[in-house]
Amino acid sequence: MRTALADERILMKHGAGGRAMRRLIEDVMMAGLGDGLKPGDIGLRAMDDGAAIRVGDKWLVMTTDSHVVHPIFFPGGDIGRLAVSGTVNDLSMMGATEVLGLTCAVVLEEGFSRDNLIRVQMSMRDTALEAGAPIVTGDTKVMGRGELDGIILNTTGVAITDHIVTDAGLQPGDMLIVTGTIGDHGFAVMTARHNLALEGHLVSDVAPLNGMVRSVLMVAGRDVVAMKDPTRGGVSSAVHEMAAKARVTIVLDEPSIPVSDEARAASELLGIDPLNVANEGKAVIGVRPWAAKAVLAALHAHPLGQRAAIVGQCVDGGASVVLDTGVGRRLLVEPEGEPLPRIC
Amino acid sequence: MPPMAADPLKFRDPARARALSSALEAVTRQMGREVSVMHVCGSHEQAIARFGLRAVFPRGLNVIMGPGCPVCITDVPEVDEAIALARQGVHIATYGDMLRVPGSSRSLADAQAEGGHIHVVYSIRQALDLARSIPDENVVFFATGFETTAVTTAAVVLGEVPKNFSILSAHKYIPPVMEIVAEMPDTRVEGFLAAGHAAAITGWGIFEDFVAHHDTPVVVAGFEPLDILAGLLRLVELVRDREHTVINMFPRCVTREGNARAQEQLWRVFRPIGGRWRGIAHVPNGNLRLRDEWAHVDARHRFTIDLTSLWDQAPPARAQECICGDIMAGISSPDNCPLFGTACVPDAPVGACMVSGEGTCRIWHQYGGARPDLSGSIGAVCGVLR
Repeated sequence: MRTALADERILMKHGAGGRAMRRLIEDVMMAGLGDGLKPGDIGLRAMDDGAAIRVGDKWLVMTTDSHVVHPIFFPGGDIGRLAVSGTVNDLSMMGATEVLGLTCAVVLEEGFSRDNLIRVQMSMRDTALEAGAPIVTGDTKVMGRGELDGIILNTTGVAITDHIVTDAGLQPGDMLIVTGTIGDHGFAVMTARHNLALEGHLVSDVAPLNGMVRSVLMVAGRDVVAMKDPTRGGVSSAVHEMAAKARVTIVLDEPSIPVSDEARAASELLGIDPLNVANEGKAVIGVRPWAAKAVLAALHAHPLGQRAAIVGQCVDGGASVVLDTGVGRRLLVEPEGEPLPRIC
Repeated sequence: MPPMAADPLKFRDPARARALSSALEAVTRQMGREVSVMHVCGSHEQAIARFGLRAVFPRGLNVIMGPGCPVCITDVPEVDEAIALARQGVHIATYGDMLRVPGSSRSLADAQAEGGHIHVVYSIRQALDLARSIPDENVVFFATGFETTAVTTAAVVLGEVPKNFSILSAHKYIPPVMEIVAEMPDTRVEGFLAAGHAAAITGWGIFEDFVAHHDTPVVVAGFEPLDILAGLLRLVELVRDREHTVINMFPRCVTREGNARAQEQLWRVFRPIGGRWRGIAHVPNGNLRLRDEWAHVDARHRFTIDLTSLWDQAPPARAQECICGDIMAGISSPDNCPLFGTACVPDAPVGACMVSGEGTCRIWHQYGGARPDLSGSIGAVCGVLR
């Protein structure tokens, strides 16, 4: 009885970036869609960060993202910076670092503060400038009080690129790199929302990554074989998807995974694994083994990649993720979803 | 840098862990036979699973989780009492894990769905706040947990308690159940790893009688990976040497005497009585009940609890297949259960062991199962990145 009811209603976990969300998308959202593309194009069925459509000898890459983060201003960022970064990063993860244009659609609740709207708009403007991604069209709607919580921002991005990087290209032997400390965004929002008085200063990592990805692609080109931004569901969800799509086993070396002291303290206190916590300014990059050092050096030379590290390697043995904890090893289970709702 | 961030990592040092694992391997091999030891704490199982320690335990060493999950061993009639109270219109405050623990036919979550007032709290203090915020309603704190949690309940009982607040105690006391497990006819357990946090309160001296009576060594251990590896190494050495003694391997927190003030408060408020632990057995002195002088805060005295209303429905058929009891007694493990991971998952648990974050099944499910083969090509790349 309860199970049947649960199946008929959408729960928070269905938007949390894990298994539950993927099942909902596959069972409901994609039903009857996903056809109509030319062979080789990347569409809904790929469940990648965006779509890629062949145009002449180039690829047109498109992606869209809605943002509902609460609170809308958090340490290190706000919903405006998040909305621009999220879409720029989804494009970048497909190798499309040169953004042609972004759209911005905003839905506001009656009574929303005009000053806050100006702050959000200025933050979008600054972030778009930082990413070199012009906002070229938009839409504004207002709904009645109580019909939504403050503000929803949607951005869509379009870019053109010569070469597509999917999230499915890993092979045994490939190395995995994360571009910096993990879990910062999720833990920052968590502590801001619940007023957790933790020592140290937890700051979201939200940032547009196209510049950093560009410098990686410049040194390693086609030796970069898979990329994903570990947002909801964290690095764990991201590597599970990469392992499943490429049918490889990923062995993650936990002691090598960078975690800030502040995030580690929050993680120990809250009992939440940083691997499952959202990032908004990090990438997981799969590279051919001979290119790993060069990619790492390129990342270390970039302001956003200074704490990048090689954190794992792919081996034969079917789609799974193994965590080497340094003192033992175990299977890493894919999280059902992000532990905290409304993270982005 | 936050002070807590750096320190615990010393107890996760890979080089020291490797040295301890090798020593454990050597001692176990030296014995030339299988050795089974038991820990009695969900936090130990959490740490073992979280850090993947089973993958480095020697093949000949069985580390069994005993009845160490307080939620899991809370018995059916105790859950029924809370549900019956909720149906009588009383507000029930309890720890989140208790919501989905099955009673005879339903859980507190079912009672909530039927309109019962069930509140999840993180501590008894929150339950007190709740009672103060609704002074015209009766609030009962459904108190579960071992002596570690019971001391917090005791501290509240000894303080100032609002008139509309009372306690339904399902607290349990660990030392007696170790006797039961040690005496089970088909027990294979040759040594116990005792929980460091419980011993911080009771003191390690409490195990001295036990080792004398049962010819079984006890090692008190903490919860970081090195604590557990070092504790197990010492325990297997004691088994090898037939040395039946108590060793405290958690001296940074545990003394022989323990926390005298907490013990004094605990026994001023509670008395031990015999009672059933779910799936295990009748445990003499295993249940903690409020002493008569605290009857005014004892829900069992304040209310007439009618359990018969809960007997109108048969228990779910699946529950018959659940082997939680055998798992908690250390006779079986989750991968022996046909329901594990298929019909019984955290979203739709059949048995209590899949409900609680301290239950063996839930922990194994969260951390990827029993003892997958992680050698071969996986083993070859482990550690090479460092």
